[in-house]
This record gives sequence, C-alpha cells and structure tokens, in this order.
Amino acid sequence: MLGEGILKGLAETAKNFAGSFVSAERMITVQYPEERIAPMEAARVFPFLVYDSKHPEDSLDWEAGMRCVACQICEKECPPKCIYIEKSKDKKPDFVGKMQIYPARFDIDISVCMSCQICVEVCPFEAIKMDTQFELATDDRFGALLLDRKELAKSNEYYHHIHPTEAAEVDARLAAEKAKANAKVKAAADAAVAKAATQPAVPAAKPAEGNKQE
Amino acid sequence: MTPSTIDPERLEGWNRPPIIEPDGEGDLLEVAMGPHHPSTHGVFRMDLALDGERVIRLKPVFGYLHRNHEKIAETVSYLATMPYTDRLDYICSLTNNWAYALAVEKLVGQEVPERAEYLRVILGELTRAQNHASSIGFLLQEMGASGTPLMYAFREREKILDLFESLTGSRMMCNYMRFGGCRVDASPVWLDAVRKVVAGLPAFVDEFERFLSGSEIVMARCQGVGILKPELAINAGVTGPMLRASGVNYDIRKVDHYGIYDRFKFRVPLGDHGDIYDRYMVRILEIRESIGILEQALKGIPGGPVMDPKAKIRNFRPKPGEAYGRIEAPKGELGFYLISDGGPNPYRYRVRPPSLINLTVLEDMCLGSNVADVVLIFGSVDIVLGEVDR
Ligand code: SF4
Ligand code: SF4
Repeated sequence: MLGEGILKGLAETAKNFAGSFVSAERMITVQYPEERIAPMEAARVFPFLVYDSKHPEDSLDWEAGMRCVACQICEKECPPKCIYIEKSKDKKPDFVGKMQIYPARFDIDISVCMSCQICVEVCPFEAIKMDTQFELATDDRFGALLLDRKELAKSNEYYHHIHPTEAAEVDARLAAEKAKANAKVKAAADAAVAKAATQPAVPAAKPAEGNKQE
Repeated sequence: MTPSTIDPERLEGWNRPPIIEPDGEGDLLEVAMGPHHPSTHGVFRMDLALDGERVIRLKPVFGYLHRNHEKIAETVSYLATMPYTDRLDYICSLTNNWAYALAVEKLVGQEVPERAEYLRVILGELTRAQNHASSIGFLLQEMGASGTPLMYAFREREKILDLFESLTGSRMMCNYMRFGGCRVDASPVWLDAVRKVVAGLPAFVDEFERFLSGSEIVMARCQGVGILKPELAINAGVTGPMLRASGVNYDIRKVDHYGIYDRFKFRVPLGDHGDIYDRYMVRILEIRESIGILEQALKGIPGGPVMDPKAKIRNFRPKPGEAYGRIEAPKGELGFYLISDGGPNPYRYRVRPPSLINLTVLEDMCLGSNVADVVLIFGSVDIVLGEVDR
C-alpha cells in the first residue's frame, strides 16, 4: 500500500512524542541556567596556575606558593602561542625547598587558547592544570580575556575540588618527589657530616644546616 | 536535441565543455548557491547553470574556510599539530587524531601497546557510528524533514559525545591520541558506560530504519537520484561509503590492516546502484557493523599501559624520511603525508581529506537533475567544510 512506510514512520514519531512525557530516560532537557549539570571530572576549558597555600585564609598566599618556575616549556609548546612568560630576577624556594626563579609575568590570552591541554602535558612541575569554569563571557573585547598570573592562580584545594582523582595522583607524585629530594639532601648531609668527622678541620656542616630548614 | 542557444563565451570559466545540452529555448539561468546556504554545511558555493529546473553545469567553489592548516603544521612541533587535526573534520576528531598518530608512528617506527590499539578501535568505531547517524540526520533535514530525524540522530550522538568527554575532556576537540599510544587510560567505569551505550545502539538503528528506510518519501526522493558510476568513482579517487555505495569493495580496514582490524570479524556493506538511497543504506549497515566491532573490542580489551613508556612527548625529532599514514575515516580514506628533515617540525605536511576528493564528482552526479536534488546529492556526499578547505 502506498503510504504504509510513512504511516509506520509517523507511528514511530508518535511513540517518541508520548514517551518524551512519561519515560524518565527521555526527559533529558536541562533548564540551563536555572538547572545545571556538574561538569565532568575530565572536562577541560582553560588552563590555570596551581599554587600550594599554607594558609588558605591568607589571600596573599598565591604568589608565594606558585608552583610555576618559569621554565617556559609551555610557552614554547603551546600550539597557538598564547602564553607569555617573563622570568623573575630573584629566586624563591619551590616545594622541595630548592631555590627557583618564578614568573614575574605569566599571561594567557584565552581568546586565542584552544583548550588543547598541551601545556598541562608538557609542564614538568605540575604547575599548570585545566579549569572547568566555562561561563566566561564578557563585553570587554581586549583586557578581560587576557588573564595575568593573579587571575590564573588557583589553589591546590580548588584543583582537588574540580579534578579529585587527577589531583590526588599529582599530590602523590609530588610527595614522592619531595621525599626523594629530602632523602638526597639528607644523604648529602650525612656524607658531609661523615666527611666532617674524618676531617675535623673543615667546617662542612654548614650546607646541611641550610637544607634542614624545610 | 536542439542546438545550444548559449553563447559559448558565457560558459567560459566553467571547468569542462557542456555534457548536457540545454533542450529548451531561451537563456540559461546562473545561480550562485551558497556560500551562506543552509544546505552547504558551512561555507561552500556552487555555481549552477540552470535550464529551467535542470542543472546543466555545476561548479563547486572551495576555500571559504581555509585556515592554513598544512602551513601551520609545518611551523609547529609534531605534537602541537595534534590538536589542530581535531579541527579538520570536527565531527570525527578522534579518527583524525588516529590517522595523524599513525603517520608519525610510521615515520619513527613507533610501536603502540595492545590496550591503546583496542581503545583506538573502540573510539574510532564510536566515531563512525555517530558520524553516520548525524550525516543521515542531515540528509533527511535537507530532504525537508525539518528536525525530527536529525534530533533522533543527535540524541544518540549526544550519548557518544558524553563518552568522549568523560574520557578525553572534550566533546568534539578530543586531542586524545599520541605517538605511541593514547593520552589517558580508560577506567573500568568508562568501559562499562561504553558497553551500555553500545547495547542501546541496535535499538536506535532499528528505530531509525523503521522510521526512514521504508518511507515512500525517502524512496521517491533518493532512489535513482545522483547516480555515481563505479568507474568514475574509482577514477576520481572517491573513497568511503560513497565508493562502496557504488559497489566497489574497498575498505582500508580490510585492505591495509592498520591497527588491529584483522582481529575483528566484520563485513563491508556494498550498494549496487550508487544512488543516494544506497549511500544512506550503506551508512546504516556500517553502523551495524561498527556495533559488531565494538562488541568484539570491548570483550577483548586487555589490561596494560596505554602509552609506550619509551615514546617521547617533548623534543620529538624524527630522523629524515617520509611516511604516509592512512585510515578508513567515517568519510573515506584520510591520509597524512609527512616529510621530516630531522627538525622538530615537519618539512612537509599534507592531508588527504576524503571530503574534498569525494566532492570533486559532485558535478557529474548532479548533471541533469533538478535543483532540489542538488541539495540532496550534496548532503549524501557527507562532507565537513573544515576538512574540505583546511
Ligand atoms: S590549552 Fe593549549 S592553547 Fe591553551 S594555553 Fe595550553 S597549550 Fe596553549
Ligand atoms: S607552567 Fe610549567 S611548563 Fe609553564 S613555565 Fe611554569 S613550570 Fe614551566
């Protein structure tokens, strides 16, 4: 019969139409922005810089705890070259206590950034990670989309909040590195002490003192 | 046939002498269709010469979306090109990643761990399923079924995109594969979610078929329209579902055995008329075969690393040489050709995009048909302008 196929198709549509009122599986529309779905754990939007804050209540902590050491690897690897870094002249201790330079300037132009995560992958210091914040619309065409290091800085707690699994792995890795570095420092100190014991004339205990602080 | 009344000068600039003579009297009507036309999937222009409703000439005009992809790739490192390949055919970013990773792996002789190969197959076939579903949706949209079949296709595609997002972090710009494996490992929870989605796919295809395959409107509009002869398809280098709908048995998964495709049992669906309906049917059947491959891959996926530990991410400098890596992307043969001079970026980087090459036979399929069919024939080629213009 001519039209049979069309009728069958219409029956299918009718079934779906009715189903969209009753079956829970079909009522999937979310009334954004009143309702929201939490972003997925793996979601990535734009990068941010992680800092370790010792005193979460202290808002000035971000600069001291910044993990980035301005090695400029991410700047070099970023495909659209939207990262701009200036190295500092002075140094500050990093998480294992080694003196490192830090970024005096760290800008990401998120109007150019394509959320590819390459910077995160190449960073050897776990300093840059992907944010899940996506509501970034602004009417300022120039300044607002060029984020400086203060706007990019987010605490490690925030990182744990948005990517719990990944952050836990990173913390474990950093802790292991720190333990290894400490062990090395300790071994060096022991060696120095041992050396000092054999040659009492040389004041060799001094570097060990300095390293024990952290 | 009456002698042509067209002034030969007016046909200057058209790529070939007329194949079809206009039969009536009077002037030809020239129509520029696009670049902003709802049916062109982006920005693409067709210059048509019409005799009444019949298409006498058709000249495709490419290049509105040109973004200098190949040249950019020659100025940045090998790794940095990976996210750019996502933006070629943005519906199937994972297969683009795969083809590029395959080309670089060939260039440096890099091995890929077992688990990563399985993950690639799973992601590649999921990509194929969602690409074919949405391309059929778009085809029906162009037939005038405004929205409904497309929404059915997108409902299913959304589930697959959610899987992509929970694994790779992004729905469409996945940037997931690396030279020597994949970026992150899939959790058992993710694999279970894939199993659930794959289990739901056959029901979706059945529903889609009940809805469309037997519909008289679809048959009247598609059967016998836009015929592509197998000889022409082969000579023009057409690949993918387009070629197979013309009855040519050529599937790179079967002839090239890239990855681990020789371990899976699947058939290659073939059409025999080469019309729009056959292309539609080949795509439907390919989704069904993909489901079969997915089931086998999900059963067989081993444990282990997803990344070769010896693979380098930074300071990647292949030895001088050249390589061509190709895969059966959902739209056809997607190939990347690389020449290395030993530097950190390719000396020459070339993409063989299936969409562009499949589109070159558009005029031959459209000649003599009505304007309304041009839209349909164009839709049945299944292109993404991001890949055509690069
Ligand atoms: S996410 Fe990609 S584009 Fe954005 S800053 Fe990082 S490397 Fe650059
Ligand atoms: S974010 Fe990482 S890679 Fe970039 S400069 Fe800082 S430490 Fe280096």
